[in-house]
Order: sequence, then structure tokens, then C-alpha cells
Amino acid sequence: MEPAILDTQAVFDKFPEEPALKALSDLAAAAKYDREELTVTVARENIIPACKAIQAAGYNFLEDVTAVDWYPSEPRFQVVYHILSHSLKRRIRLCVRLDSENASLDSIVSIWPSANFYEREVFDLFGVNFNGHPNLRRIMMPEDWQGHPLRKDYPVEGYR
Amino acid sequence: MPPIAAPDQINPGIEDVIADAELHKHGSDPISDQTMIINMGPQHPSTHGVLRLVLEIDGETVVSLAPDIGYLHTGIEKTCEAKFYQQVVPLTDRIDYLSPMTNNTAYALAVEKLLQLEIPEKAQWLRVLFNELMRLNSHLVWLGTHAMDIGALTVFLYCFREREQLLRIFEAVSGQRMMTSYIRIGGVSMEPPLGLFDDIRAFLLDFPSKIDQYEGLLQNNPIWIKRLKGVGYISPEDAIALGVTGPPLRAAGIDFDIRRDMPYSSYEKFQFKVPVSNDSDVWARYVLRMEEMRESVKICLQALDGMPEGRIVADAPKIILPDREQMKTQMESLIHHFKIVTEGFAVPAGEATSSVEAAHGMMNYYVVSDGTAKPYRVHMRNADYSNLQALETMCKGRLLADVVAVIGSIDIVLGAIDR
Repeated sequence: MEPAILDTQAVFDKFPEEPALKALSDLAAAAKYDREELTVTVARENIIPACKAIQAAGYNFLEDVTAVDWYPSEPRFQVVYHILSHSLKRRIRLCVRLDSENASLDSIVSIWPSANFYEREVFDLFGVNFNGHPNLRRIMMPEDWQGHPLRKDYPVEGYR
Repeated sequence: MPPIAAPDQINPGIEDVIADAELHKHGSDPISDQTMIINMGPQHPSTHGVLRLVLEIDGETVVSLAPDIGYLHTGIEKTCEAKFYQQVVPLTDRIDYLSPMTNNTAYALAVEKLLQLEIPEKAQWLRVLFNELMRLNSHLVWLGTHAMDIGALTVFLYCFREREQLLRIFEAVSGQRMMTSYIRIGGVSMEPPLGLFDDIRAFLLDFPSKIDQYEGLLQNNPIWIKRLKGVGYISPEDAIALGVTGPPLRAAGIDFDIRRDMPYSSYEKFQFKVPVSNDSDVWARYVLRMEEMRESVKICLQALDGMPEGRIVADAPKIILPDREQMKTQMESLIHHFKIVTEGFAVPAGEATSSVEAAHGMMNYYVVSDGTAKPYRVHMRNADYSNLQALETMCKGRLLADVVAVIGSIDIVLGAIDR
């Protein structure tokens, strides 16, 4: 397996022909190439332009949206998008880091309608808000549930 | 501790059902006097588990449809974070319980990527063999229940006759009929017993004639044809936008199969065709899955013919449990065994995604490690979850009875949706 490249500039230098990196050259806050997987981090306000750019670059299929809670460190939440290209047969991972005070970002349902259920799931289990989502309600837990179970400060056994 | 909700808040009444449908309603025209909100499931026999649908119907025509899921949510992703890496394997069996070894494979591939483990060839080939047998297993349950929903009860019994043989094979190799946990991090759990390959071969050589038999029961039946043809159409653009994968995507004319296009576990060494159709209706999905079963038989036979010799687990004593004999005779192995069981093994920090073509479509495992012996985050992406989002597009404007046929054709398992 190829060694990991953690420096943003080095990643861009290694893959000059990668269409996703070309499309994201202005928007990427960080990039890494680890275990043969490409990860690009963008700022919260750039998620919609980044998704549009990456879609135009041939990455046509949104696989999933999920999140990781890095509690107690800040920025706390890492929202992760896996995007696949049917023609290039490759995937790219897009990340956004969010602070715990303002855990919200724009919904990408307008670009990929398949994000609908996935964003609801992240909202339900992590308490991250997606602005502009058409139907942001709990999906896994009951409507009257309190708390967000996949947060690290939520006990595995639950409160009850 | 948060306050306990009042009982009337726990059980949603009909007002909530109506409010639900109101929220899900698409388009701008208000509910007219002619439409009606009905509730289907979660105990309805044709929803393949505990799927609840809130339907708005105009006479017999579906105006809008909203799936309500979560009845089977057991927090598996949260539970994974409290277990050692090797203890997660039995949890993955319970995600898509019709193809447990496919789940095992996807999880093992993600962790092996984090560990950068080399898997011996024989283990890879065994994985291919059992992944394909799992596909047969899952497709047999799909065919049986799908036909039963349409009203052809007989097929169910025939399918379960063959599935019984498959379950016996799984039991012989792993000791368990359904929750096999056979595929482990670093390889597979044990050497297949002597004579099992002959049994599998006998089953496989006989199986194509059984597929012909199912087709003989269904293909010329006018009711079957009328209930399936032209029902549940979805355009290829919509299929991609809504995240559809697996047989429904290939039935919509998108030629993409992870086994061929992003090969894992030495699938690149096997010759097989990927059936594709352009009709994108329930019939096309039925025909395509039948073809997939025939292709799976070919892959399994290739795996049996070319099965390499050698180890079935990677050479990593600090990660893989030693075999019983070594553990009882060698001090070093005993220490490793003790350490793995009591403390687990540390996995280098990082994140990895694995992707496999399960019977229902693309199955991804996203595993994040913080360098300890327990996964920091495990996320499962199952085809069922996003295929379900396409249900409304497939059913809109069709008859209520077609909803049952379409649910059968997207082949969902609620364990994989709710996790």
C-alpha cells in the first residue's frame, strides 16, 4: 500500500490530473491521501459550491452522509460525505468540521436528493442541523426522544 | 436524566399520522376532499419486516407516500463503539441478516485497510465463494417473498427448499445457520470441513435446473406478468439522484457493479457477466436477479475449481487468534491469545471505507480509529436505506396494489435500514 500523504499541497502535487482536486483547488481547506483514499476538507460555508464543483467533475453519485463526534476536542463534529464516480470508478471523501456551539451547515438535498434520509439520520443521532432541509425530523429514534445517541457524551446504555 | 415522556406522547394517534402525511406531501396543491390518508404497516406482511408507510391515496391511486422507519433501530453503530474490533464481527451479521457473510466481509475489509493487513489468497477465494452463496441465499428469500406478495405462494416453498440446503452449508462451515460470523478480521474463522466442497459443488450443479423450475412456475403466469411488467418505473437520472444501487440501478440501465468495477477480495480473477436492463420496471428487476443467480453459480464453481492452497488467515499473531493446538502447546501463542481476548488489539489511527456489492446493492463500511482497541466510529451504508428513498418515485401515480410489488422488487431488509 502506498504511504500516506498528509500535507495538502503534496496531495495536490501528487494528483495533478484528478478532476475532483482540480474542481476543489479553490475550496479545499485541507486534503490528505491515506490508505489509498482521498479526503478533502472544506469550510462549512463552502459545502454547496464544493458539492456542485465535484458533481460537475464527474463524481455523480452520493453514497452517504455521516458524522464523527470528536468530543471533547474542538471543532467537535466532522460531517463526512462519500461521493462516487460511476465513470472514473473512484470515490472521494468530503469533510466539514463544525464547532459544538454552531453545529449546523447547509443541506445538499437540492444537489443530491438521496441526502434526504442521511441528513435526517445525522440530525437525529448527532444533533447537527442542516439548513434548508425539506423535512428535518428524527428518523431512527422516536419523535419525542431527548438527546442524540451517537454523541460521545451520550452513554452507551442510555439514560433509562 | 431527561424527564420520561407522558404516555400520550409515546403512542402517536391518528392526528400524528395525518400530520406526518401533511409534512411529507409533495407539490403545492392542498389535500383535496377526494384523497385519503392510510397507514400501511409496520405489521403488514408484505412490507418485509417492520416498515410503515403513510400513503395518501386518491381512490386507488397513490398520490404520495412516506416511509416511516426506525422500528428495528437497536443502535448497532453505538454498540460497536463499546466493543473491541473483533467483537464487532457478530454485530455485523445482524445488519443485513439475509447475507451475514457479506456484512462480515465489508467490515473486515475496512479494518484490514486500517491495519494494512495482507490477506492470503485462499482466504480471499473463500470469501468470494461464500459471498456468492450468500447472494443466492438472499435472492432466494427475495424471490419467495416477492412471489408470495403477488399471490404465488408455491414459489416460496420451492425457494426455501433450496435455501435450506444453503443454510446447511453455512452451518457446516461456521457452526451457525444464519448468524455465521465466518469471515473475520484477517481471514476466515476456520478451514472448511472435508467433503464440504463436494457438497457445495453438487448443490451448484443442480441449482440452475432449480432456477428454471422457478421460472417455469412464474414466467408464463399471466397474473405474474401483468402485476410486474411496466410497474415501478424509475428513470436512470432519478435512480442516481436518489442513491439507488444494486439490481434496481442496473435494471435502470446503469452498468455498475462493484465486484467488476472496483474489485475487492480478488474478484478481478473471476469471469462473470453483469446483467443490465433498460426497462427499469419490476419485471426487469426480477429478470435481472434471476440472471444474477446464474452468474453467482458460475463464480462459485470457478472458486471451487481454482481454490488455492495455503493459510486461511493473515500472518499477524498479535491480531489473529492462534489455533487451539498452538495455544495449548506454545507459550507465545498463549500470551497472544490472552492479550487479544482481554485487551483486543490496537488499530492505527485513521479512517477507511470499504465497499462491497451485496445482494441488495452497494454496502459500505466506514470505520474510524483513534489508535485504541475499540473502533471510534463505525458507519454502515446499506443499499436498502437509500433504495427505500426511491420508493415514492416508483409508486407515485400507480395503484395501491402496485406498492406491494415495488417493495418486493427493491428487496429491502429492515435490519439493514434501521440498524
